[in-house]
Amino acid sequence: MKSLKAQNSFLADAHEQIEILKHGKSGEFSLIPFQQKLETIGLYPLKPVGIDIFQVNIGKMCNQTCRHCHVDAGPDRIEIMTKESMQQCVDVLRNNPQLKIVDLTGGAPEMNPYFRWFVEEIKKLDRHVMVRCNLTIILANKKYYDLPQFYKQHKIEVISSLPFYTQDRTDRQRGDGVFEDSIKALQMLNEVGYGKEETDLILNLVYNPAGAFLPPSQQSLEKEYKQVLMQRYGIEFNNLFAITNLPISRFLDYLLTSGNYETYMEKLVSAYNPVAAASVMCRNTISIGWDGYLYDCDFNQMLELKVNCSSKHISQFNTETLINRNIIVGQHCYGCTAGAGSSCGGAVV
Amino acid sequence: MSNNYYNSEDLKKFGNVADFQKNLGDKFFSYYGEVFKDSELTAREKSLIALAVAHAVQCPYCIDAYSGDAFEKGWSEAQMMEAVHVACAIRGGASLVHGVQMMNKVKEIAM
Repeated sequence: MKSLKAQNSFLADAHEQIEILKHGKSGEFSLIPFQQKLETIGLYPLKPVGIDIFQVNIGKMCNQTCRHCHVDAGPDRIEIMTKESMQQCVDVLRNNPQLKIVDLTGGAPEMNPYFRWFVEEIKKLDRHVMVRCNLTIILANKKYYDLPQFYKQHKIEVISSLPFYTQDRTDRQRGDGVFEDSIKALQMLNEVGYGKEETDLILNLVYNPAGAFLPPSQQSLEKEYKQVLMQRYGIEFNNLFAITNLPISRFLDYLLTSGNYETYMEKLVSAYNPVAAASVMCRNTISIGWDGYLYDCDFNQMLELKVNCSSKHISQFNTETLINRNIIVGQHCYGCTAGAGSSCGGAVV
Repeated sequence: MSNNYYNSEDLKKFGNVADFQKNLGDKFFSYYGEVFKDSELTAREKSLIALAVAHAVQCPYCIDAYSGDAFEKGWSEAQMMEAVHVACAIRGGASLVHGVQMMNKVKEIAM
């Protein structure tokens, strides 16, 4: 499977996606604007409550081409962060000790040749580092086989997608053979101590619905995952994050081609939860793109909606300016406020 | 008024049945919500039972709702179809077991 960009799909254009989100593919489908929902609870304009999480997308290159990927990542994507941009991120972290958590994502972040250098530099500043590891990268090439040891050495929190505890659903979303390799990779992580109660090596898993539906209760699902993964494969992990698929990029493509777009959007809107709206992740996160531009979240990044303030690039990072900005919202934001809410750390209520 | 007895859009209006009889409607939905909570059986197990019962009572609204709900709660297509077969077997068996009554009657009157 190729990325939307490699296919020259119209959906590779962020502006096309935003238009569809506003008016549907027919141009005649519209729902209550998300902004209006925030206005009714006095949350518009949406403002940050702080900047605690520094989320860096270090590249769109990935060894997988998942059907729901909001990044449109894949082996054919060559956009990756340069060492110079990484150095700028390290400098910002050094000058801003309040940025306590660094969340590294991609693509497969490990495919960036400067990934390990970047992690080591951040750890020198004594920050908590989370890596969104797709698991299969560990087995993709022998140069990655020691990743579990590397993570352990630097006490990295590993967050990995495993859309379901069965092969069928996982492979349908992430590609043939992904489940089997993911299980092997999880066992390798367990072997070095990840996910074990007696260690402080955190291994969290991520559930994504494999289709046009919302996640079930995170708590119940975590219980099932723990039971099944232990019984069948002897795998242990810490927490499960249930994440809603946002209607952008490849998941938007899936919704449109399967005829599920309108029903899915209606489902998101009818499940809108004002409590979740108050706790959305963009209120305490800043997202940095592979080219150093700043965004309110990873989704706004993929829609090319740069932060609405003068600190638009990592080279212009200014906490005060950023904390006073208005967060850009759109119809895709319903994905983060449906039901128990959704963030990079799972449910928010 | 639609020309069809069943309209999928009506499922969204289920809650409106309380408009004509609020007291009983509210009590039903409160009870309904309680039934489907995690308890001695999990909400996930209850969803699969609901799917089977939906087929047994042949309610298109319930089939629509619980096909989505059961799949969302992680039941596979094969598991869901097995549940439908359970409903089918019970319905079929319910007819067939009455064959004993037929046999009893025939034996009673036959030479």
